[in-house]
Formats: sequence, structure tokens, C-alpha cells
Amino acid sequence: MNTFDYLMPTTLDEAISLFMSHGEQAQYVAGATDIMVKVKEGKISPRCLISLRHLHEGLNHIEYENGQLKIGALATHRMLELSPVIRRDFRILMDAVENIGSVQIRNVATIGGNIANAAPSADGAIPLITLGAQVRIKGPQGERSVALEDLFIGPGQTTLQKGEILLEFVIPELPPHTGGAYWKHTRRAAMELPLLGVAVLLSLDNDLQTCAEVRIGLGVLGPTPIRAKNAEAALKGKRLDAEILKEAGKAAAAECKARDSIRGKAWYRRDMVEILVQRMARLAMERAR
Amino acid sequence: MKQVISFVLNGDQMELEVESHWTLLYLLREHLELTGTKPGCESGECGACTVLVNGKAINSCIFPAMEVNGATVITIEGLAKPSGELHPLQRAFVEHGGVQCGFCTPGMIMAAKGLLDENPNPTENEIRHALAGNICRCTGYVQIIEAVKAASQTASQQ
Repeated sequence: MNTFDYLMPTTLDEAISLFMSHGEQAQYVAGATDIMVKVKEGKISPRCLISLRHLHEGLNHIEYENGQLKIGALATHRMLELSPVIRRDFRILMDAVENIGSVQIRNVATIGGNIANAAPSADGAIPLITLGAQVRIKGPQGERSVALEDLFIGPGQTTLQKGEILLEFVIPELPPHTGGAYWKHTRRAAMELPLLGVAVLLSLDNDLQTCAEVRIGLGVLGPTPIRAKNAEAALKGKRLDAEILKEAGKAAAAECKARDSIRGKAWYRRDMVEILVQRMARLAMERAR
Repeated sequence: MKQVISFVLNGDQMELEVESHWTLLYLLREHLELTGTKPGCESGECGACTVLVNGKAINSCIFPAMEVNGATVITIEGLAKPSGELHPLQRAFVEHGGVQCGFCTPGMIMAAKGLLDENPNPTENEIRHALAGNICRCTGYVQIIEAVKAASQTASQQ
């Protein structure tokens, strides 16, 4: 195994300055569950890992105030899974986090790490995009905030600049009668990456039948997690009957960029996204009522 | 780079020098000779290397040794009493046939301990969910789940 130094800064500023002084050789780690595997397999060989687990800033909060949810980037998947707020009001996120890896992984792996890795299969990213999350970022040039959707540019690639660290995800208040659901489609029940992931978040009008707002997020159906905007347009403002849901499913299948991969074929992914958009929309409606 | 870390291991205060690239698994097995914790996949998939850090089950094969500085670590060696009396989970695994080849057993028991410490009376689904990251290739899963159930009942009677 490659050797590396392991640094444990205690403030964000110290972490950023350590990173900048180590040039291209440094790598931030939070839970390190992805990075340690890549290092052990020789896929990457950083000279220095900078742990973000000892920052005085903490950054592992889950705060829910006035309808706005803030999740620190260093919150572990297990913290999210055990959070009563997320279990009650953010089922779409719970659907994803309780099925990522194992308890052993979720106890350590962080939501920020899942996002920063930018895998097209990142289960955490898809519901967060669908929830309209903004992400706060700090780097050598100061702080900025972007829509999470715009953070991803390709497999493993983000718009994060050298030395930047994810601080927190901010999810804006959801309209009344909103429900969401996420389905990770896998071959086995646990310890799997998804063949595809489908998230639907919709808000109903007071009649509880008509779709006021909708966002649909897809995973593993493009180089980054994506929105299915044609499918959204098919639902918005419509009375949600079986015919309309089917139309949205077909739209999502047509607009996604399904590929053949080791885990599954493109035709299968397209067939399943058509079905799963409908299923998740039905579940989201139930939860919205 | 060598660094000194201190932590509590199975109740004993430790202070020792580690290389910064060591995993916790390497530290436990190769330097402390605690070989009860098993190396399996070495990539965080199989759960054979599960230990508790600050009460939480983790995969020690991908856990940086440096991160246990200041922490409390419990391995399978820390469960039985010094007299040799087995922990209720260990006893339940023996009594319910939860052990076949035994390679996954330390990881299974530590993952189960992580669960029962947090949730003393889990449902069968909660047990399955908590052990999903522990692979047994003798496929004794049913007996393992029964053992965890039995251990939780024994503990709640005490």
C-alpha cells in the first residue's frame, strides 16, 4: 500500500491552508470510506490525507427551522438515518440514506463525501437535487453558494475549486401537501450500487389531485445526477391520473441518457425508469396527502 | 510519518506509535496481535473486520488508525469476561448454531453488539438491516439472526 501522511486540522482555515501548501498531492477525507479503498487498490496515491473529522466547526448538524433544513456536510449517513426530522418530513432523503452501504459504512461515511465524490450513482445526491438543495462551500477565496444540481459536471467531476470544502446543504421550505419518494433499483437487497435511482418530489394543490410543483431526479442515467425536466413538465398543473403518470414515465425514459454498463443494459434502464417514475410519483402523492 | 496516538482498547489505555497510513485493522492484527478481527475483502464490503469505535460498528479495514486517537475501541477480544465467561451474544451464537467456519463470526458479533447497544429489542427486520454489511459464505444467516434475537431476549431478562 502507498504511504501517506495523515493530517488532522482543527479548523476550516487550517485545513484549507494545509491543502494549499501541499499542492496537488493532498486529498481531503471525511469518513474516508471511498478514498481508503481507492488508495488501497492503488487507483490514487495522494501524499497526504487531510481529515476533516476534527474541525471545531463540527459541520455535522441537522437543523430544521421555519421549514428550512440545513445538513452539515460532515453529517454521517447514519446520523441522517436516525434523525426524527428526516424520518418524518424528508422521506425522500430517508429512502436514500438508509440504503447506502452498510451500518458500518453509514456510521462513518458523510453526505458531503458522497456528494464530493460525484459518482453518477451517488444515492445521496439525487434526493438532495430533487429537494432543490443549495450547497455552501468554503475555499481559499472565501465562501460561495451554488445549487447542488450545478455542482456536478461529469463522473467524479465537480465545479469544486482547489482547496474548497463543502460546508452544508440548505433545503428551502417545501410547499404544503408535498411528498417525495426515492427508489434505488438494485439486483440484491443490500450492499449494492443502484442500476438506476429515481426520486420524485411533488406538491399538490388543495384538491389533493392536481400537481402544483414537481421535481424528478435520476441517478445513473447520465454522466451526473440529472433532472427529468420533460417528465416534470408532463405533470405540472395536471390532474395526476394514470394516463398522465404514464406520459411522464415515457418522457423520462426518452430524455434520460441510459448506457450499457457492467451492472445493466441501457434498454433495461429505460424500461425501468418509465415504470419507476410512475411508482415513485404515486408514492409521493400518498405521502403528500 | 510516525505519530503517537492514545486510545482505550478493550478497557486498557494504550499509547503507541503508528504509521500515518496504517488502517485500524493492520494496527490491531499486525502490531497488537489481536487476530480475532478478520481481514476479508479489505474494501469495506464484507464486514469481517467490524469493530466498535466509540460504540459504533465500523469496518476497520478502511478506517485510518490515526482516527482512533482519543477514542474507545472494542474488538471481539473485549467481549468475554477475564474469567473466560462468554458475552451473551457469543453464547447465543454457540447455542443457536450461528457459527460454522467462524470467519465472519467476530464481525457478525461486533455488528450485532453495535445494534443491541443502540436498540436492545430490535425487530427481525432491524436485525437484518443491521447485519446487511456482514457476509457469511457458509450461509448460516437464519441461525445468526436467531442468535441475535435470543441474545436480545436474554439481555432484556437480566
